[in-house]
Amino acid sequence: MSEPTIIPDPAEPDPLAPTSVDAAVRAALAAAAEATTLEDLKAARLAHQGDRSRLALANRSIGNLPATAKAEAGKRVGAARALVAAAYAARQAELEQERDARILVDEAVDVTLPSGRRPLGRRHPVMLMSDRIADLFVGMGWEIAEGPEVEAEWFNFDALNFDVDHPARQMQDTFYVDPPGGGLVLRTHTSPVQARTLLDRGVPVYVACIGRVYRTDELDATHMPAFHQVEGLAVDSGITMAHLKGTLDRLATELFGDGITTRLRPSYFPFTEPSAEMDLRCFVCRGEDPQCRACKGIGWIEWGGCGMVNRNVLTACGVDADRYTGFAFGMGIDRALMFRTGVSDMRDMIEGDVRFDDQFGMEI
Amino acid sequence: MRVPVDWLREYVAVPAGARGADIAADLVRVGLEEEAIHGGGLTGPLVVGRVLTKDPEPQKNGKTISWCTVDVGDANGTGEPQGIVCGADNFEAGDLVVVMLPGGVLPGGFTITARKTYGHVSAGMICSVRELGIGEDHTGILVLSGGPDGRALVPGQDAIPLLGLDRETVEVNVTPDRGYCFSIRGIAREYSHATGAAYTDPALGLEARAPAANGRGYVVDVRDDAPIRGRQGCDRYVARIVRGIDVHAPTPPWMATRLTEAGMRSISLPVDVTNYVMLGLGQPLHAFDVASLTGSIVVRRARPGERMTTLDGTDRALSPTDLLITDGGERPLAIAGVMGGEDCEVTDTTTDVLIEAAHFDPVTVARSARRHRLPSEASRRFERGVDPAIAAAAAQLAVELLVEHGGGAPDEGVTDVGTPVLPSPFTMDAGLPGRLVGVPYAASDVARVLTEIGCVVAAEGDRLTVTPPSWRPDLRQGPDLAEEVARIEGYAGIPSLLPTPPGGRGLTRAQRVRRLLGDVLAAQGLEEIWSAPFTGDDRHLALGLDPADVARRTVRLANPLSEEAPYFRISVVSTMVDALRRNVSRGAKDVGLFEVGLVVARTGTLVGAPTEEVGVRPSDETLAEIRAAVPPQPTHLGVLLAGDRDRAGWWGAGRKADVADLLEIVRGLGESLALDLAVTSDGPLPWHPGRCARVGTADGALIGWAGELHPKVVAALGLPERTLAAELDVDALVRASEDTVVAHTLVTSPRAQSDVALVVDASVPAERVRAALVEGGGELVESVDLFDLYEGGQVGVGKKSLAYRLVVRARNRTLTTEEVNAIRDRAVAAAARAVGAVQR
Repeated sequence: MSEPTIIPDPAEPDPLAPTSVDAAVRAALAAAAEATTLEDLKAARLAHQGDRSRLALANRSIGNLPATAKAEAGKRVGAARALVAAAYAARQAELEQERDARILVDEAVDVTLPSGRRPLGRRHPVMLMSDRIADLFVGMGWEIAEGPEVEAEWFNFDALNFDVDHPARQMQDTFYVDPPGGGLVLRTHTSPVQARTLLDRGVPVYVACIGRVYRTDELDATHMPAFHQVEGLAVDSGITMAHLKGTLDRLATELFGDGITTRLRPSYFPFTEPSAEMDLRCFVCRGEDPQCRACKGIGWIEWGGCGMVNRNVLTACGVDADRYTGFAFGMGIDRALMFRTGVSDMRDMIEGDVRFDDQFGMEI
Repeated sequence: MRVPVDWLREYVAVPAGARGADIAADLVRVGLEEEAIHGGGLTGPLVVGRVLTKDPEPQKNGKTISWCTVDVGDANGTGEPQGIVCGADNFEAGDLVVVMLPGGVLPGGFTITARKTYGHVSAGMICSVRELGIGEDHTGILVLSGGPDGRALVPGQDAIPLLGLDRETVEVNVTPDRGYCFSIRGIAREYSHATGAAYTDPALGLEARAPAANGRGYVVDVRDDAPIRGRQGCDRYVARIVRGIDVHAPTPPWMATRLTEAGMRSISLPVDVTNYVMLGLGQPLHAFDVASLTGSIVVRRARPGERMTTLDGTDRALSPTDLLITDGGERPLAIAGVMGGEDCEVTDTTTDVLIEAAHFDPVTVARSARRHRLPSEASRRFERGVDPAIAAAAAQLAVELLVEHGGGAPDEGVTDVGTPVLPSPFTMDAGLPGRLVGVPYAASDVARVLTEIGCVVAAEGDRLTVTPPSWRPDLRQGPDLAEEVARIEGYAGIPSLLPTPPGGRGLTRAQRVRRLLGDVLAAQGLEEIWSAPFTGDDRHLALGLDPADVARRTVRLANPLSEEAPYFRISVVSTMVDALRRNVSRGAKDVGLFEVGLVVARTGTLVGAPTEEVGVRPSDETLAEIRAAVPPQPTHLGVLLAGDRDRAGWWGAGRKADVADLLEIVRGLGESLALDLAVTSDGPLPWHPGRCARVGTADGALIGWAGELHPKVVAALGLPERTLAAELDVDALVRASEDTVVAHTLVTSPRAQSDVALVVDASVPAERVRAALVEGGGELVESVDLFDLYEGGQVGVGKKSLAYRLVVRARNRTLTTEEVNAIRDRAVAAAARAVGAVQR
């Protein structure tokens, strides 16, 4: 391969002269600095680093020099070209970084735009409360038992020491299945699961039953014909009312917080003896407003009934009542939700308006 | 039970400063439930004032107010007249009125202050009857005429005792086991138990004064040829006669006040006296007009077909279990303990009155009251147990009151027949209360408490022989006494301990699965609801179901809340639709709902479930019968989808929910349980016949249906068009997913794929094509996915083109192109055989 012989034009300054090389470097650096876009830089590179650039020309001229001068000139031109190359690489990196940053800015979107192509659904808060209560009891080593909602009268009443003449067996409270006298009802409480559990599992037994129960109440702000209860049953040797109180205190604390005040007061239920009612300190007035609507000025809100399992119940379910004692309780879950979250109209819980669920998260 | 506090004070030493709220709190501790406090809701200064000046001042709003100055004596601290603005106009200067001075509080918590109004500083309030909470009359200001005993009233005098505004009535609920608390006597006894206050049984003095029964009384014959559960309908009947009374004599004001406070109206002296004795002592009384009796009083059961007209004017068919009071054994005078008849009642012309104080069997009275729907003050007490020992004392009090206020004279003759059944003694281990309650009561404390509540206790070592008092028929065994000890010693003293269960197994698989399904559905954007599970024929017709068939598959309620909805649902969707409609009517458009709940799935005829005596374990056979009578109630999941599945917004248009969306949700549930659900085309009502899938397990067991509802159903129920519904049997899902998943080692050799387009008849379900490809391709086929569906021009009328991607992979090597093609060809050949597919 032969290179054209370059004959220096006497009119031109010597491209290899130090001043010429310096001038070429200065011009190249200035052009790089002036380039504000990658396209500018590309043009400048062509002009100052390309085959026809002054430094390329100088480089090619080296071959024409006498051998003694080649080394020095080569060194000078090489240094100059390296300087320029480094400057262009740096400028290139700089401009690329600017371009990348600008793209990220240009690509920005408005994150405040609403979302909602497919919003999250919700569990019903009554079910969330039920799950939470189940978890509490499971955590204490209890199990969760279940039973049918269309239930035999024997399980709903007889087994629980409700005599055939007990007022609660009358039509004004209980949904009876047609034909009357057929021995089927809609369970009025979760307590029939007590009897089923004792018969099926024997003792000792620690079970909670969480489920839907029915009373013949028309739907209004404070009544529902169907609602939810948690039933607790512990039968073992040495069980006392102190264990009942401890268990209910734990449940109340878990659902309503450490600050909750509870009281047990004597009451009556056919299936427990001794019997008690558990009251919670009024959530609204804390017992300080005689005009309070929530507690009717009494200062306490009734939560549910409880007591020591009646001997007749144990006997009816085949448990030796001389050897074992037990406690049982039945608390309202819907009521607990009302106390905990301030739901003021029970219809909101049963009507299925999605706006009700949407107020809550998936953990309650 | 309403307890006027001043009446209570007559029987028990209530401390002078005790207010109604204090008394209620004490009663609650021993087992009465506080219902309300009546009266006493006002604090003074409330004083008598004399109106000195009254200047009417018309106002711009059309009203005329009066600017008054009122002499309130020294009650305002200055003795100067009090300036008060008053809106009423029914009084004059010179009248005596009732003035609430600043600082006083009206019932309802309204505090009176001196305030600027209508251009004056009004320093107090001239009160109306209604503002004072003593009446409903709001026509104007209460103008006083004079003191209760004729004494003159003085301005500045305290008006609170004057108007009886310091009187309080405590209302408590009485539990059904404590019949004796339906009397001031019983409540006073409980107050004494709660506080230790001295109690005097009002019966004692009356019994001492009551003449003994003698043979000269009115003849009463008590019979019972059909006792219920072996208990005589009437085991005591006391009759006393007072002659020559003036039935028009006024009831003394103190008695009328107490009756009113206790919630009863004052009617006439004889009626008021019987009510007063009932409230005071708990013994319901009946008064007969002696002149209209023709024979002896005979207590007997009603005869078949017998009728009588009760006091409320209703002619009633009697049942042979009704216990009757009859004249001479023939004419019915009353249904015992429930309601009197029109014959022989005390009237305007009565002069001689026979007082009945009887003890009737609780069950007999309860059944009659219920059968005739006649709950009364008397039946309420008899049902819960009246003290059989109080009859003579109660009759004595009635006689004394009638004599004192009606001017009559008692007959010497006294009738008291029958042998009342009193509580029987039984033994109890003195340690039992402690063992049940968890408080180590000393044996001596147990004996002391039981004695305090009226039991006779004989101790023999740790064995106590206890005879309950006559008024406590509810005390029948040890735990009953344990409750007495616990409540008198105080429930507040019971410690709070956690029991130590042996350790449980956690939630059951079914419980975990139900939770999981709920969480998965909510994450898919569906909202959980729950609905009352009641439906009716109209709903079933709207769903396109045969009402008679539904009736055979479920149960009907004998006493439904609404005759429109007497059945327990057989599907969850059938009761969910109301919620969907409600959401739509309240403005929601894109709604996805789900509900998990029980349905009835009866297959056989309803057989009766036996009932049994309480406290007895039924035989295994009877228990099996009881269990078998309860119809199966599987847990179902219902899903409803309406409107857009992907909603419209700034990002663009929405996309209507369709069957594929619903099936994606349903398949997702299967996937969450590692369960492949098989979907086949099937659309029973209420679903669209061509847009519904039967969902089953891989081996064909039915899980449920999912699809669009039938257009007629949508129209009949007023649902959004194209509403989608699924109904799945959750129990079946649980059963189908019980097996533990066995993990396969993941194959890492390269995959190969081959695409095929197959033309089939438009009616061929895609699933059948896919299944044929999988089967024909053999075991190296990893997946077969439909990636294109085309109907139209090029494939011909009545045809469709399905494009599938077959992914194949061998376990240990790379498949050759020839092998892949051979697999594809076998798959296509299988599809051709199965559904006549032709490769394009």
